[in-house]
Amino acid sequence: MQGTHTQAAGMGGMRAAGDLVARMQMTRGMRLKEAKQYVADKLGVSPSDLSDPAVMTDVRNEFGFGRIHSYAISHPDQANFIEAKFNISRVLDIPINSVERFKERTAAPATAAH
Amino acid sequence: MASEPRIPTRMGDGFLTQMTRSEIRADIEDGIATAVKRAKVAPLADDEIEHLLDIYASPARFTGVDIGDEVVLSCDGTGMKTHATREQDMQSYEQWMGADLVELCVGDYSLKVVRTILPYEAQCLHDAQLQMVVPMQYGVMPNLGLYSKPDGPCENWSELLPQGRIDEARAAEEEALEMAVADMVKLADAMWEAGADGLDWDTTGASGDPEFLAALRATEIVRKKYPDMGVELGMAGEFVLGMHGQLEYEGTRLAGLFPREQMLLAQKAGATMFGPVVNTNTGKSAAWNMARALTLIKPCLAEAQIPIHPNVGMGVGGVPMFVHPPVDAVCRAAKAFVDILKVDGL
Repeated sequence: MQGTHTQAAGMGGMRAAGDLVARMQMTRGMRLKEAKQYVADKLGVSPSDLSDPAVMTDVRNEFGFGRIHSYAISHPDQANFIEAKFNISRVLDIPINSVERFKERTAAPATAAH
Repeated sequence: MASEPRIPTRMGDGFLTQMTRSEIRADIEDGIATAVKRAKVAPLADDEIEHLLDIYASPARFTGVDIGDEVVLSCDGTGMKTHATREQDMQSYEQWMGADLVELCVGDYSLKVVRTILPYEAQCLHDAQLQMVVPMQYGVMPNLGLYSKPDGPCENWSELLPQGRIDEARAAEEEALEMAVADMVKLADAMWEAGADGLDWDTTGASGDPEFLAALRATEIVRKKYPDMGVELGMAGEFVLGMHGQLEYEGTRLAGLFPREQMLLAQKAGATMFGPVVNTNTGKSAAWNMARALTLIKPCLAEAQIPIHPNVGMGVGGVPMFVHPPVDAVCRAAKAFVDILKVDGL
């Protein structure tokens, strides 16, 4: 059923930019048109490009937003997973909770006063 | 005289039937009329009816929205140990299924069940967040019934009500909803600390107005504590059952509310996404069910300030009540919601 919805009406997640628009809806409560425009403006593309993997694969590569793994094309030099979310947070100008937690938990401990 | 050709289409139970275009039109008009009468909402416009008829009076196996009209899919239940570990399930949805967001949950899906394993759930989400890119929410259904005996500590209002012990039943419901609010907030605390992007209160209102009130109150608290945390509030049905009957949120009586009024309260409480539900009638055609669903949900779209994601899973939103809903019926439901209501997601 998920596959059917994806093919009939979905933005394609990481194949394109569905995850980025989803973030604006989920954590900012933006309606679809507003969310697509916000992401498109940040990336310098049109709102309709956001569902197009032919456009977004290169855009994701350029911004370090993570890409789909495949045997045909590996990209070990590019950001992925939590690394990609650091880039998404910066470019979309929104805090991402897991990124903030990562920073908090990997920061050097405060120097104790002597 | 040539007879009108018959077109393969689906019933609400998922099985194929044959109907003429005229019969499908009649079903659509009846589905709309049923919704108008029940919820006192406006009917679909003539051009919307014609478009819905074109979607359903077609023998095509598959259909989809126009290029550029794609919507966000809030994929609940994606991390439910369907074929591998829950983390791997979510990765599969991210990498293979084009999911725009994923959801960690337990198979039982009930809030009270999660309460006792919350640290383990939070650890799982924490670890999964390091390995994924798409947003991740944690999903539960409040399922207030589990707070009543014999599963929970409260008196069982479903047993008290038939005995006419109304005051005792209401007291038990009020006690249970306070417990559920506390558990939902504890869940939010743990998941925010673990790195969740959002929460999903799913099938809200399955136990009627006390359960809907619990979700609204918990949402309000979560919004104040964690301004950046997403809260998707999805419903269990098109109509809030009055199991208590007197409960109110911000001066609005909850029993009997339909999607538009449900949405306004969810929005007021601080939800960032709302998922209206219209249940499928298995004895009617898919076209009848879709027409009814569109008519009941349409008023949400006009007034919403937050994204509206109608539920289109098994047995809701014009999708047949069958464990493996046929592709031809599912894609028609998706296209109808996007084309006709301009929904923000599914």
